[in-house]
Amino acid sequence: MWKTIFLIYALIIPGLVSAADGKLIATPGVSQIEGAAGGGLVPWAQLAGYASRDEIAVNAFVSRGTLDDYSLDVYGAQLNLYDRLEFSLAEQEFHVDALNLNIRQRVLGAKMRLYGDIVYSRFPQLSVGMQYKKLHDPLVANLLGAEDDSGTDYYIAASKLHLGAIGGLNWLWNLTGRYTEANEIGLLGFGGEDKDHDWMLEASTAVLLGRHIAVGIEYRQKPDNLGLREDDWKSAFIAWVPNKYLSLTAGYIDLGRVAGSDDQDGLYFSVMGNF
Amino acid sequence: MRCSSVIFTLLLMTACATGSGQPTLYDKLGGEQGVDKIVNHLVKNIGHDEQVFHYFAEANVKRFKKHLAWHLCDISDGPCDYTGDSMQQIHDGMQINERDFNHLVDLLIDAMYKADVPHPVQNQLLARLAPLRADIIYR
Repeated sequence: MWKTIFLIYALIIPGLVSAADGKLIATPGVSQIEGAAGGGLVPWAQLAGYASRDEIAVNAFVSRGTLDDYSLDVYGAQLNLYDRLEFSLAEQEFHVDALNLNIRQRVLGAKMRLYGDIVYSRFPQLSVGMQYKKLHDPLVANLLGAEDDSGTDYYIAASKLHLGAIGGLNWLWNLTGRYTEANEIGLLGFGGEDKDHDWMLEASTAVLLGRHIAVGIEYRQKPDNLGLREDDWKSAFIAWVPNKYLSLTAGYIDLGRVAGSDDQDGLYFSVMGNF
Repeated sequence: MRCSSVIFTLLLMTACATGSGQPTLYDKLGGEQGVDKIVNHLVKNIGHDEQVFHYFAEANVKRFKKHLAWHLCDISDGPCDYTGDSMQQIHDGMQINERDFNHLVDLLIDAMYKADVPHPVQNQLLARLAPLRADIIYR
């Protein structure tokens, strides 16, 4: 973890010279747990970082969520090409306290902006994306009856920032439809007996309390392919964006029932560097 | 007689309420003085900015200030009727890209801070200006 933070800072310093800065501060969002630009849980229509149509942005992030019986560490990076294409990589490590066991997963993501700009266009920004996920440690997934140790999610996201909409404060919303067969985002494998891809709804909304602070909530619907009564995920977050190179996010996450353990909630922290 | 005077008083009161109860965005920006302050700070910011100064290098500063204040007055519901060149006419051939446009918005936000415009009012002005972007970039 500290190694990664050090790495981010090492990369930021040369990045200061020619960092992408062609968007309004705080409007690109942060990194979600699978590596795409978004809130903490949901991929948004925005592409990662401050690249405008004339720029390239590179971003890196580390995140940690700590629950009653589990924890999830994620680190990753995104490449934003001309605010049209986003490529992302995320490495997840899910720790199961009871078994003292780690489940590691890699997520490769791609996102394309189809239309618009969350701030300036009349209609919401629209993007499509995919996330290819590969479990390095499929033992638990196999034991629970998952069909595969890899899978792909497809999603479409719409997002809009309304300037001065709520008492003069900027208001952002995002809706994402995800076609997925991932169990607990893939950490418990993909599919189940007679269970395949299905559409799930994800939603986020945030208010910017000034140029540098955003508070918001997210909701992520999830399938239940393994018969473990997998719950939908919810979060509430606050993000501090001191400048266009750095964002810090803290949140409360409520993941409900995870792999047979009820009431899994806890805290979430994420640091992102943009250059 | 008494009844009609009561109605008359009520009418007067409503007239006053609609007249002074709803300040326009122009009022919130500080009227003519406030808008002039924003424009002056913005021009100063542009003058010190390497990235976008070249777009303005040949502009007549006095005329630019006057027309920008006039346009801002109109767009914020002030007592002005902007009849100058359209945004499209002004920016034709300038080839302003998205990065530079968005940078200019950052300079405007900074100018509004320097002119002591409160954050919510800044956003309300930005909301009026945002739809103009399509007439300004890549022309």
